[in-house]
Amino acid sequence: MANTENYIPTVEVVDPGPDRILGPGHDYETVTKRIAGVAYQPFKNSPKKWLVGAFISFVFVNIFMVAVSYLFLRGVGIWGINIPVAWGFAIINFVWWIGIGHAGTLISAILFLLKQDWRQSISRFSEAMTLFAVACAGMFPILHLGRPWLAYWLIPYPNSMWLWPQPRSPLEWDVFAVSTYATTSVVFWYVGLIPDLAAMRDAAPHLWQKRAYAILALGWRNSAIHWHRYQKAYLLLAGLATPLVLSVHTIVSFDFAIAQLPGWHTTIFPPYFVAGAVYSGFAMVLTLMIPLRRWYNMKDLVTLRHIDAASKLMLGVGLIVAYGYGMEAFFSWYSGDKYESFMYWNRITGPYGWSYAMLISCNIVIPQALWFERVRHNIVAVWLISIVINIGMWLERFVIVVTSLHRDFLPSSWGKYVGTQWDWATYAGTIGFFMLLIFLFVRTLPSISIFELREVVHHDKQLEPLVEETI
Amino acid sequence: MAALLLIASTFSVAYIIDRGPWITSVRVAPEQPIEFSHKHHVKDDGIDCRYCHTSVETSGYAGIPPTETCMTCHSQIWSNATVTAPIRESWASGKSIEWTRVHDLPDFVYFNHSIHINKGIGCSTCHGQVNEMSLTYKVNTLNMNWCLNCHREPERFIRPKSEVFNIDYQYPPDQMELGKKLVAEYHVHSLTDCVTCHR
Amino acid sequence: MKDSVNHNSPFIPIESLLEPPRKRVTDLQELREKLASGNGPQFWRTLEEAAESEELHEYIEQEFPGLSGQIPQGVDRRSLLKVMGASLALAGAAACTKQPKELIVPYVRQPENIIPGMPLFYATAMPLHGYARGLLVESHLNRPTKVEGNPDHPASLGSTGIFEQGSILNLYDPDRSQTVLREGRISTYSEFTGLFSTAAQGITERKGEGLAILTGVTTSPTLISQMQALSTSNPAVKWYVHEPSVNPAMASAARKIAGKNAFVSYDLSKADVIVSLDADFLTNGPASVVYSKQFSARRAVEGGNKRNRYYAIECTQTVGGSIADHRFPVKSSQIAVVAYQLAKALGVNAPDAPGAAAPSWLNAVVQDLQGAKGRSVVIPGEFQPESVHLAAHAINAALGNIGQTVILYEGVEPEGTHSTEELVSDLNNGHVETLIILGPNPVYSAASTLNFKDAIRKARLVVRLGQMFDETSLFSHWHIPEAHYLETWSDSRAFDGTITIQQPLIEPLYGGKSAHEILSILIGKPDQTSHDAVKSYWQTQYKAADFQTFWQRSLHDGWVNVPKSGILNPSGSIALPVLPAADANAVEIVFRPDPTIGDGTWSNNGWLQELPKPQTKMTWDNVVLVSPKDAQAQHIAGADLVEVTVDGRTIKGPAWIAPGLPEGSFTITFGYGRSGSGRVGNEIGYNAYSIQNAAMPYVTTGTAKGTGVHYRIANTQETQTMAGRAPVRAADIAEFSEHPNFPTNEEEFKPLTQEENEYKPWPYTGYKWGMTIDLNVCTGCSACIIACQSENNIAVVGKDQVARGRHMHWIRVDRYYHGNLDNPEVYNQPIPCMHCEQAPCEVVCPVAATVHSNEGINEMVYNRCVGTRYCSNNCPYKVRRFNFYLFSDWNTQSLYGMRNPDVTVRSRGVMEKCSYCIQRIQENKIKTEKEGRTIRDGEVLTACQQVCPTNAITFGNLNDKKSKVAQLQALQRNYNLLDDLNTRPRTTYLGYVRNPNEALKG
Repeated sequence: MANTENYIPTVEVVDPGPDRILGPGHDYETVTKRIAGVAYQPFKNSPKKWLVGAFISFVFVNIFMVAVSYLFLRGVGIWGINIPVAWGFAIINFVWWIGIGHAGTLISAILFLLKQDWRQSISRFSEAMTLFAVACAGMFPILHLGRPWLAYWLIPYPNSMWLWPQPRSPLEWDVFAVSTYATTSVVFWYVGLIPDLAAMRDAAPHLWQKRAYAILALGWRNSAIHWHRYQKAYLLLAGLATPLVLSVHTIVSFDFAIAQLPGWHTTIFPPYFVAGAVYSGFAMVLTLMIPLRRWYNMKDLVTLRHIDAASKLMLGVGLIVAYGYGMEAFFSWYSGDKYESFMYWNRITGPYGWSYAMLISCNIVIPQALWFERVRHNIVAVWLISIVINIGMWLERFVIVVTSLHRDFLPSSWGKYVGTQWDWATYAGTIGFFMLLIFLFVRTLPSISIFELREVVHHDKQLEPLVEETI
Repeated sequence: MAALLLIASTFSVAYIIDRGPWITSVRVAPEQPIEFSHKHHVKDDGIDCRYCHTSVETSGYAGIPPTETCMTCHSQIWSNATVTAPIRESWASGKSIEWTRVHDLPDFVYFNHSIHINKGIGCSTCHGQVNEMSLTYKVNTLNMNWCLNCHREPERFIRPKSEVFNIDYQYPPDQMELGKKLVAEYHVHSLTDCVTCHR
Repeated sequence: MKDSVNHNSPFIPIESLLEPPRKRVTDLQELREKLASGNGPQFWRTLEEAAESEELHEYIEQEFPGLSGQIPQGVDRRSLLKVMGASLALAGAAACTKQPKELIVPYVRQPENIIPGMPLFYATAMPLHGYARGLLVESHLNRPTKVEGNPDHPASLGSTGIFEQGSILNLYDPDRSQTVLREGRISTYSEFTGLFSTAAQGITERKGEGLAILTGVTTSPTLISQMQALSTSNPAVKWYVHEPSVNPAMASAARKIAGKNAFVSYDLSKADVIVSLDADFLTNGPASVVYSKQFSARRAVEGGNKRNRYYAIECTQTVGGSIADHRFPVKSSQIAVVAYQLAKALGVNAPDAPGAAAPSWLNAVVQDLQGAKGRSVVIPGEFQPESVHLAAHAINAALGNIGQTVILYEGVEPEGTHSTEELVSDLNNGHVETLIILGPNPVYSAASTLNFKDAIRKARLVVRLGQMFDETSLFSHWHIPEAHYLETWSDSRAFDGTITIQQPLIEPLYGGKSAHEILSILIGKPDQTSHDAVKSYWQTQYKAADFQTFWQRSLHDGWVNVPKSGILNPSGSIALPVLPAADANAVEIVFRPDPTIGDGTWSNNGWLQELPKPQTKMTWDNVVLVSPKDAQAQHIAGADLVEVTVDGRTIKGPAWIAPGLPEGSFTITFGYGRSGSGRVGNEIGYNAYSIQNAAMPYVTTGTAKGTGVHYRIANTQETQTMAGRAPVRAADIAEFSEHPNFPTNEEEFKPLTQEENEYKPWPYTGYKWGMTIDLNVCTGCSACIIACQSENNIAVVGKDQVARGRHMHWIRVDRYYHGNLDNPEVYNQPIPCMHCEQAPCEVVCPVAATVHSNEGINEMVYNRCVGTRYCSNNCPYKVRRFNFYLFSDWNTQSLYGMRNPDVTVRSRGVMEKCSYCIQRIQENKIKTEKEGRTIRDGEVLTACQQVCPTNAITFGNLNDKKSKVAQLQALQRNYNLLDDLNTRPRTTYLGYVRNPNEALKG
């Protein structure tokens, strides 16, 4: 009869502040206990906040189910789309989620290659977030079809019609870009998880937990050769994932850039879509991480250092995005193209001017506060800003999709677009789905990389004597 | 390895089902109100296709004979046979005989018999040796790729117009040469535009 | 006597319709009150209320079992559809299952001329307000599917208007009345004939005393002869005519001019200068199609034609007015004044017109007219009073136009008919015992001042022949389903007297009867069919031995080879009446038939309801047209409800700000606010008749004020201006002669050179289809839209979906305003698919559902489409239409027969668009291939091209340099829409050329 009591924190929890990535007094065991403890906790001991949160997300998942069933029953007509605005929330949400799905791989792969040690305690979590975001994103292209039951026609397979997909269409490129990204992320995430799963297996208080983790751990034995191969594989995967981070959103941006619509047909889209993706990705990481570290009392594992670094990164990427907006405006004037210039004028002053104003304030104006250390070190402020950025990034896609479509070339065919309750239900539903996955994840798997933190402990242990000497 | 095998076998099973008789009902003779035998009428009696399928040269539909046509003979011969009873009923009651379609294309496919006949595509090219069928079934899947076989390379299947209604026609060994000649002679365009069949 | 119930007579007064034998009086009382109460027969509405009151409902069930079937369902067909959509979606989900079993049902005895797969065309005619429109109707296996104009018919010349096209849907309308109803209970025709012929004998004994026949305007020789026969046996019989959308003043004026029944027609092919006095001659009236043809022919600017000049002096913008060279907005009530001023200026002896001084522009018009003596024409408005018609004639006489551009034909309408007003007074004075209504629906469409509903109750017996169980049927003892014109034999005459024998294409779907058959009963031939009636009449007319050949030829040609009406040459001038003094500034309310629904006859026709009305582009509602100045003064915003009041009676309708409408004038239209129309036309819009004054039916003084309440309208065009993009390019004729290439003359419109176009042009070896639309002659009449809808099985989506921007029309007619808001230039531009050489839609479809054909057609393959809608986003012309729901009506059996079997009926979730009528191209290709030749120019006509009354649309093979379309595209006036996008459209436009009067410049 194992007891979980010895998994409650044995070291006092202190946020070591902005220059250290691990609280004081940690040794290998405490780190493991603290992280694994969250997953080992029996259901009844789950924090109230977790229960409430998980329940609410579950409710939204059901809303999603209803919305989708009704969609399949009646057709996409239940949404606000029309001619000329034939794309609506489905595409907006698709791009938004895909964007969010960038942070994880970026943090794990790119920062890994760049040897950013502070990434370690948030990488695992953001990878998970990536997967869940991509899962949400992946649903929309199918829901969005007029005849979703024929979605498989977008996959090239030998058929009795002797027909293949049409390779010139960006939507066809999406199929490959997104599916590749999803697979790679899953593998990358799982490989990174294996040593920890083994650790979980070894320390599991209950037999069934042991067994469960044992299966997942794929027989990891911590042998040197394992570690050797692991390092290689992880490095390779990181190398493989890095270009994908750039490619996915580049190709998603082609959905618009390839079309000739004013507001879509622009070469700047790929870079600034990627920047935007990273932007929203980091925002989402913070939006989720900040409450969680509080509920699970992990101030000493996810420290001010992480938040500070992430904030700086957001600020930087945000400026790239701002540059993108600026260039869009500039080109619409500089090109001298009457459609382009009208499009931009209409974007600002037209019926959807409000969305553009909000977009600018959410994505450019407000985040500038992060220049100030006081703001960056104020957890609540950072959290609020991260949420603002999430909203802003959604609005960006709204502006791009709707304002470009609703007034294109021939004035006679201009129209308006309003999302219906079904649009919102579907959107909110996916958020619920996403959150539920997150909640389940933190309750069942090590949401922080145990072995990587142990490396940190090891690192610190070697540093400490030096520190004492200098005093 | 086993996984690969599994995947492979799943796909091949799917393939077999998809192209097999259960889906395409090739070589499956559906039940008909009358056990009508093309073998008997065409081979034994030597009746020409067009005697019954009158509009095959002029219209998109080959035409299914009205009861009247059956009665031209069956008011005289087999006039009491149970097998031909439905004909007499239909004739007496004025109610049509309801045949089950053997060659059934989807509604979004617009096939036209007359143009194929007029361009030297024989009945048997698509319908097979009906003169050997005691019960009528289809010998080809009528899948799109099957149509494209010919629409891409008509020379492989075209025959002299004089031979169109010859059900026993055998392609000559030099079919490809002959075919190319006929294609040019009959101005056959290998029509692979979607709108050729879908409107 | 007439008040007391005669128990021997098989008929009981109306009130007893409501007498429930086995029911408590309270219900009856309740129901009677509801019926008695005010506006319109509230029967339907009552029943819907009744749904709440359980016992009243059950009362209906047991008392009117027949009626309950007639009650429009609360749930409309469309919402049923969506449930269908669901089941369909699931069916689709299992797409890879095997095909369901399908039956072949051959004939037992096959008619010799019927070959499955080969359509047949029959010549017949549609009587529109009594006058014949010659038609050729396409029939597949005896099901009429498409109406075309009859090129040999003088009133059609191969084209039609919107109503002929729409009429096919009326034939298959599931809401048509399907049973004989006696006092609301299902009965049989034999029962009717039995009882009715006895009654008829009684009437004949009384020499027709108290017998009243009410019809619409008719020109049917057979019917007229039957009426003569009737009046010989029943001298006292009175014939009344009710035709709300035909102004009796026209006929009376013509009678005054010619001294007898006459029809004033015009030969616009000879007219250099045309002045219309509020006339809508291009879409209204028996000869409108012919006028359109002549008018447009004279608008040609190439080929040495002297282009005509057209002054439209009008109030409400008409279709013709939209392409006038000069349009002068004048209040409808002031048209007469202007007419008199014009007359005086041209030296006609006319009494002084009261009020205003002659407008500044009048002089220029006068000059122009005087310069074109014998080559000009002044056309009075259909809805203007007698004075205007007389004045116009006087002017034409003074200009020597009579016999040149103005031709008076002997009238073909019957003599000695009476008006609706007379009928009402006769009813009220109890002179009418038996009222037989053959067609019209006066209970709905009689002016409210006549109070027809009360009058009709005075009749002892009311027999109604009608296609719908409508408002009038509700007040009739007997309702007989009327046969559609495609279901019955009859005959009718064109404006010039040409006779067409209408042959049916199909047996009456619901055992409908024709007016001939009802009259036959009265004449004492109860079992005479329409066919016998018509044929026997013609046997009396054509006595020669070869009658059968004559008969066959007449049927085949679609017109009878007998002399037309004689041409009259009235001498002597008519004294013009003195105009009543009227306050020129008083607010006037103008009443007009609705552009697409007419007088209400078409209100249950989904096609016509959804057809964007010319100019306003409104669908599914009638609006109150408000001039910009009034809107400004009264702060009326578009789609605000406006309260229109005419001596105490009020209607509320959504405002539509109409540029070019004179200040102080509000236009409202008939045809809406119906309760007896059917599932499509019930309870939408306002009922203009309910405030109409029989004394001043078409314009009257009244008040109109905005309520500030917003109303949800379904309009298909949001933006009214061209936003500086010049989709339509226009020039004055002077500029044109200077720059024949004006559409592409300016730098920004210069077509791209081959170098600028990176792509090598594709070599088209066979056909190369293309289309050209001449904006110079397009009037925006919208016949093309509805012809396309009929040809291509295009679905009706309903008001809500149109309001959401989801209408399905493959060709739309854009209307742009330009210039002065109070009198703008108007441009109409039909937009089908452009079939771009470098089509943006094709590259973005992930499943290759839209691709380019070897003949340059942009193919849309429904069965491959998965519905990403990317193609529509990337289409700069936004001509693609998407099935957001299952829009096609898959569950109404009666509509199956109407559909074109050569076009797929689209399902949910697929994109669709103009296909250049690919089915027609393929049909002709197969035909010609079999004949070993190629398609000749003009052999393939697209539906829009064939129907177009102004020949604005030309389609053909661009590779054939001699083809008309190739020659048009070679004109310098030719330009591509949005050419700067380098889409290389196959559909091109010819620039618009105005011919203004220099004297009126600036």
